[in-house]
Amino acid sequence: MGTLEAILLTIATAATPLLIAAIGELVVERSGVLNLGVEGLMVMGAVAGFGMAYLSGSAWVGVICAIIAGALFSLLFAFLVLTLVTNQVATGLALTLLGLGVSGMIGEAFIGLPGIRLEAISIPILSDIPLVGKLLFGQDPIFYISIVLTIVVMWFLFRTRAGLTLRAVGDSHGSAHALGISVMTVRYLAIMFGGACAGLAGAFLSLVYTPQWVENMTAGRGWIALALVVFASWRPLRVLAGAYLFGAITIVQLHIQAISLAELEFLPGVIFWLASLVKSIPSQFLSALPYLATVIVLVLISRNRRLTMMNTPASLGKPFVPSR
Amino acid sequence: MSKVPEHGATPLLEVRGLTKIFGELRACDAVDLVIAKGEIHSLLGENGAGKSTLVKMLFGSLEPNAGEILWNGNIENIRSPGQARSLGIGMVFQHFSLFEALTAAENIALSLDKETQIDKIAEKAKALSESYGLPLDPYSLVGDLSVGERQRIEIIRCLLQEPDLIILDEPTSVLTPQEADKLFETLERLRSEGKSILYISHRLEEVKRMCDAATVLRHGKVVNHCDPQQETAASLANMMVGEEVTSAARTPPAEGQEGEVLIEVKNLNREPATPFSIPLRDVSLDVRAGEVVGIAGVAGNGQGELFEAISGEVTQDSPSVVRFRNQDAGKLSITDRRLQGVGFVPEERLGHGAVPEMKLSDNLLLSRHTTDSNAFLGGLGVIRHDTISQTAKRINQEMDVRKSGEDPEAAALSGGNLQKYIIGRELDRQPAVMIVNQPTWGVDAGAAARIRQSLIDLARSGSAVLVISQDLDELFEICDAIAVMHNGELSKPLPIADATFEKIGLLMGGAEPGHVEHDHGA
Amino acid sequence: MRIELTKRPQHSVLFSALSPFIALALTMIAGGLLFAALGKNPFDALYYYFIDPLRETWSLHELAIKAAPLILIAVGLAVCFSSNNWNIGAEGQFVAGAVVGSIPPVLFPDFQMFLVLPLMLILGVAGGAAYGAIPAFLKVRFNTNEILTSLMLVYVAQLFNDWLVRGPWRNPEGFSFPGTVRFHEYAILPQIWPDSGRAHWGFIFALVAAVAAWFMMSKTLKGFEVKVLGQSPRAGRFAGFSSSRMVFFAFLVSGGLAGLAGISEVAGPIEHLNEKISIGYGFTAIIVAFLGRLNPLGIVAAGLVLALTYLGGEAAQISLGVSDKAARVFQGMLLFFVLATDTLIHYRIKLAMRSHASGGA
Repeated sequence: MGTLEAILLTIATAATPLLIAAIGELVVERSGVLNLGVEGLMVMGAVAGFGMAYLSGSAWVGVICAIIAGALFSLLFAFLVLTLVTNQVATGLALTLLGLGVSGMIGEAFIGLPGIRLEAISIPILSDIPLVGKLLFGQDPIFYISIVLTIVVMWFLFRTRAGLTLRAVGDSHGSAHALGISVMTVRYLAIMFGGACAGLAGAFLSLVYTPQWVENMTAGRGWIALALVVFASWRPLRVLAGAYLFGAITIVQLHIQAISLAELEFLPGVIFWLASLVKSIPSQFLSALPYLATVIVLVLISRNRRLTMMNTPASLGKPFVPSR
Repeated sequence: MSKVPEHGATPLLEVRGLTKIFGELRACDAVDLVIAKGEIHSLLGENGAGKSTLVKMLFGSLEPNAGEILWNGNIENIRSPGQARSLGIGMVFQHFSLFEALTAAENIALSLDKETQIDKIAEKAKALSESYGLPLDPYSLVGDLSVGERQRIEIIRCLLQEPDLIILDEPTSVLTPQEADKLFETLERLRSEGKSILYISHRLEEVKRMCDAATVLRHGKVVNHCDPQQETAASLANMMVGEEVTSAARTPPAEGQEGEVLIEVKNLNREPATPFSIPLRDVSLDVRAGEVVGIAGVAGNGQGELFEAISGEVTQDSPSVVRFRNQDAGKLSITDRRLQGVGFVPEERLGHGAVPEMKLSDNLLLSRHTTDSNAFLGGLGVIRHDTISQTAKRINQEMDVRKSGEDPEAAALSGGNLQKYIIGRELDRQPAVMIVNQPTWGVDAGAAARIRQSLIDLARSGSAVLVISQDLDELFEICDAIAVMHNGELSKPLPIADATFEKIGLLMGGAEPGHVEHDHGA
Repeated sequence: MRIELTKRPQHSVLFSALSPFIALALTMIAGGLLFAALGKNPFDALYYYFIDPLRETWSLHELAIKAAPLILIAVGLAVCFSSNNWNIGAEGQFVAGAVVGSIPPVLFPDFQMFLVLPLMLILGVAGGAAYGAIPAFLKVRFNTNEILTSLMLVYVAQLFNDWLVRGPWRNPEGFSFPGTVRFHEYAILPQIWPDSGRAHWGFIFALVAAVAAWFMMSKTLKGFEVKVLGQSPRAGRFAGFSSSRMVFFAFLVSGGLAGLAGISEVAGPIEHLNEKISIGYGFTAIIVAFLGRLNPLGIVAAGLVLALTYLGGEAAQISLGVSDKAARVFQGMLLFFVLATDTLIHYRIKLAMRSHASGGA
């Protein structure tokens, strides 16, 4: 396997959890709710996935349990912001803090245990195609799920009546209520879908990306997923592009950190000199790249106020109290 | 499938003792109502009389506490708008229930209860809209449409469900007189097709002109069922308000000497700030001491943008575009403009003119923290609550603000009383210039009369008053001249003696300003 | 069964005062259930969490040490949140303050006089404020969401600090442990009452900051401006207040106080800069701010309560063998209950027995 192929493959691995979590959050935000608890949901999914896989011996049981854990944990958020009309920003933060705390406590028992890896699916022959074969036909199942999920969400939002209803609720909950659409039901379901996605994304981290449990192993990926939704102007295909962009940044900086200059001696003079220059950057600065890239991308995308205003679901983050 | 009106037969809708209680407020108190087939029935009442609450119960979006609804003689428990629609009740909302980010066709699809292809809906909507002479592009984004076009979508959406009863909540309040005429034609055609209409309005002339029966509500109770043809506008008004309605007395301005120009706007231009806002184009206007000048116009034609620009919430690039009392103000902030002696009252009371969750006394500081800093602030910017409370008390007495408690939060007041306070807050400063956007929007008749009178009195005492309003009756009642705003442009003001509903209405609809003769301010 | 909310005409004064206590009680009940589920006696556990650390003087000093940064940061966050600006990167500003404030003793170790400490504190405030100014600038200039940018900058600050204490600032005699040299005596924050415990002047700073912020928020026009812009930005603009300037004000105040907390922590109990100074005070302070209902005086009490959960977590671990991670679960639950009970301030809650969905769904 060539270096390039390895890099492409790992980019997909780094992008998949971001994609899944961001697609889930996109649906939540399209319904008009801002859930800042993605990080907490993901880490709950990670610990549930790892733990149940370890206890049952089956990675798939872990995956299912992570999805359920994410959906249930998000229900807590939904109850507060929808039924009790609490501040969405503060409640999302609370969800993240609680998720990090609970997962840390549950996960204590799992520290250092060998993980169970979700095995890759390898389609014979096709996966042997050079360069893209393994990328397209030899990945872990969650990779395929992430792609299918993106397409299904696109179809749902823009081609079905239920999707139209969801977008309508996000645009104006008052009008939707007046028409007899149950704003509450739509939003509860959307939040739980987002929670399930975040749970799955977390399971990917603890069952595929690094099959083990480490406290706070999401390392801000939930927040990056939130930024991706803004970056993508609430459109699924752009979320896909954004996730792979961030995957690429993460992986490239990891490879720069990992590779030794000796391996690069075959390169022509100037490029080798440039490479050694890059290698002289301290590793911490390289690790900071994905976070800095998030900030820069947010700046670039938000600069145009008019465009942002056009794309943002109009009732995003606003409280709704139905009168009856 | 047209039905012949059957008088004396089972009514289409009968309401018995319908009651809705919000907290301690009886919004609807044992309301009875009967609507026959093929009749236009008017529901009359002041703001806050319970009209909207009643129709929301009929449409299933509010749940009654007591009483029953009979549809074609059968008791129905209407639990949701969907159920109301399936019975045959359609509704056109006052503050539209449309989605700005969706297309007209998608908006219509959302109220149809079965899954239908968008293209089919678009086709049907287009055909129906043409047959009623209400042209409509089903693929346009609602956010880009005018209020009149939005109402068309609401009406088409309602008609597509083939309802037997159509409820219209204050439909003409957003239309030009000409658009309203067009609407009346549509309604009469619907009646001739055997449909019933429940028509909610506080415009008595319309009711007298069109309606077959009327039910009058006051403080949540039915005060009368009557035949509007047998009543006069004055007798209907008395039923609604419960006391003699005094309209503001417009004393003529001082003859002979023309007052000094106190508000001067010259070629004001403004780019749209948000995707759905209107650019201002070459707006010019003078208002003299002693006069009230009105700006008429259909909602959403740039009035809000104009208010922001004149008030200084948004400043201009050139100092002389806006001038007050012969001083440049274009680059000044709203606070500095206030220091020039100008008072402002915005359209929205809660969240713009007042902070909902702050006490009235704190809300006093909102517009007066700098103009009255000597009285209201001590060293280190410490707020002197005693002085502020006294001033608030004075305003409350002066404007007859009715409230529960000594110093309640702004949100706890009724619309009319809060508006009296917000206007009183500015009048208390005795401003040389006063600029008011929608002075009596959603305000009960008593409070409205008081507010209008106070604006006239302020002008007659030598101030310049500019009133932006969508209520033509109001403008004709208090103004000395009326200009019209359409699509970000302002017509020349017509002196009140020359102005008629028809002329102003044409300008509101976008007729060339040159078509209307005027000879004001040569 | 269905929960129905009715908006109160005015906010309830009773529940404004009561809600933090109800939340605290609910947290204790939930915590007790949690311990029972873990097979521990819930009353013992709650005793070790909330009573045991208060029994000895030295322990009270430890409480003040833990509470000082929480209160300092939360007071700033309260001002910030009240203006509807969401700085959740206080952790990063805390680190920035610690780093910048450490410049004199680390880079100029021979500069030893009484001026060093005040200089460090000023640099700490400046560092935190400057780091907080970044998301403020991005929000005002580019309309960028401050929640995400301030949070991302936490990771950046932590990594930068990590590089410093392992790289250029590493103590050459530190046996390759990451961390700077120990600060000299002029760079150490004095203890308040050295005879009885370790509590340092950081706690005094916290109290002063709380009183000053309380005065500003409840008595002055500036506080009025903060609240108006926070509750209705449009009314704020009508009042002539600038929301852009408020963004900077909010971030500079909260960043500055977080920076002060950072340098006080480094110059106080830790006495040198290392890679472990960031242990989540910036995030826990969010809970403190809400438990104190964004009132600076309430925050003093709330800061002590949250500090207690840290100490209690250690005590319970030693005595009962409960994981100290339980403390963070406690803190998370507390914020949930605080937010939930705050609903009572603005709404009446009614349980309707008949389920009655308002739509066809």
